Amino acid sequence: MRRVRQFAWLLLALTVLASLGAGVWAPADYAMQFREVPNSPPSHQHLLGTDELGRDRFSRVLYGTRISLLMAPAAALLSTLLATLVGGVAGYLGGWWARAAMGATDLFLSMPWLFLLLVVRAMMPLNVAPVTSVAVTFLLLGLLGWAGSARVLCAGVRSLHDSDFVLQARASGLHELRLLAIQVLPNLKPVLLAQFWISIPVFIISEANLGILGLGVSEPLPSWGSLLREMESFTSFGFEAWKLAPLVLLVLVVSSFQIILSQEEVYA
Amino acid sequence: MAKIVRHLAAMAAVVLLGGLLSATLVRLAPGFEVDEQQLDARLSSESVQALRQARAGDRNIVRFYLHYLGRAMRGDLGESRTLNRPVRELLSERLPVTVRLAGLGLLAGWLCAVLLAVGATMARRAACDLAATLLGGIFLSMPAAVLALLFVYANAPACLVIALVVFPKVFSYTRNLLARSYESPHLVTAYAKGVGPLRILLWHVLPVTGAQLLAVAGISVSIALGAAIPVEALCGIAGIGQLAWQAALGRDLPLLVNLTVLVTVITLAANWGSEFAGQSFKTSAA
Repeated sequence: MRRVRQFAWLLLALTVLASLGAGVWAPADYAMQFREVPNSPPSHQHLLGTDELGRDRFSRVLYGTRISLLMAPAAALLSTLLATLVGGVAGYLGGWWARAAMGATDLFLSMPWLFLLLVVRAMMPLNVAPVTSVAVTFLLLGLLGWAGSARVLCAGVRSLHDSDFVLQARASGLHELRLLAIQVLPNLKPVLLAQFWISIPVFIISEANLGILGLGVSEPLPSWGSLLREMESFTSFGFEAWKLAPLVLLVLVVSSFQIILSQEEVYA
Repeated sequence: MAKIVRHLAAMAAVVLLGGLLSATLVRLAPGFEVDEQQLDARLSSESVQALRQARAGDRNIVRFYLHYLGRAMRGDLGESRTLNRPVRELLSERLPVTVRLAGLGLLAGWLCAVLLAVGATMARRAACDLAATLLGGIFLSMPAAVLALLFVYANAPACLVIALVVFPKVFSYTRNLLARSYESPHLVTAYAKGVGPLRILLWHVLPVTGAQLLAVAGISVSIALGAAIPVEALCGIAGIGQLAWQAALGRDLPLLVNLTVLVTVITLAANWGSEFAGQSFKTSAA
């Protein structure tokens, strides 16, 4: 299993590096059209062929990977911060605060994640600039994805709040804020890290689902969701396997996260 | 009894708040008061005014919601703006379709997950465990919408997509639960004494893990309902998932509020139902 984890880390590192260097390695810009060769098969010039608008598919996969792999962790960071705020305050203060925060958490968790996301995303303007659509999509993922983590963090803070070392620290006169900063939060680091890692693949898959339903990142900017949307216009897969490159990459990356995640969960 | 009443009261509060939340979100959305029909050059100024009047009733969200609740008590759920049909009629037509789709998917997903988890745990071979984990991992990494598209091309039944979305989550939970259970000292002793694997599973493992598995059943209903949205939208199945997608794209306030309330009721009922079933199972097993 250790070898598999090392391989997962390597794959993830290579994918991140390749996508970060998209500007260097991509043979063309993601929006550049080669109008004389639409829907062309792989060649020396276009490694994964071109799409129906004549855009180089390899370049689009590289740029799309960059967007998904940079924005999903950013959304995960936002949701983990929100979860820390809500769960931490609820767990630390307890009583009425905890009941109100957990009530809000229940409300968010009572609706299927994709349903909630679909409703809220559809409420945002759909005909916005591509860059804005990236921000809106991932911001929503971050703002709506905190509930599950908040519940876990609330339980974690509650158990720390009642632990002997916190009681002793409080008895020795340590200020509450200082107690929270130097005793409680550092002890929650493994839980926070696990929640952050758990959120990344969830957000990548959610963006892909939204993209295929036409509610994700707008054209011509590529993301895994918008690249997978191309599948709707496919007539066959059998002889055009290169068209599935974004899907294969998505499955490999998300699987790598899952494999690394199991290790993080053990640490948590 | 008091516990059930408390649960029902909490459920009603969450459902009402969920409906209000969805209504507020739709109301605050940019361009809510603009109707595509208002842009039609053939309409007279009176017709445009009438369209604006029709939207004006929804401007005050609290008034809209209270009015909606009052009508809902009398069985009137309003009319869909995008489909021009009574919401009650739409829901009664489409709910059975989603229930059948999600029900069959849940059944198939759970069956595969539990059988594979039991097989992988009982085989006690690293290769079997790795193969089962890889299979679960692949489906866990696939967006439901991609699976739906692949099934459209393969002309395969859409309920299998729901099954494949539910399967990896139930499988990984069940496998971990069983693995932990098989490592407990009394089971190691039972093995050492030569008790058969089937007897160990039926008499010692399932009574312990059954309650926890039942608790996950409620969550899997929520997962199946979520997956039903892309599946129905992409496979062209006229269920509530497709209706939710259409309502969201059309910013159909009455339909969205009703769908949110309906989905919240189903999810909460499933969660609490499975929680009660788990507790009853635990009590009877003890």
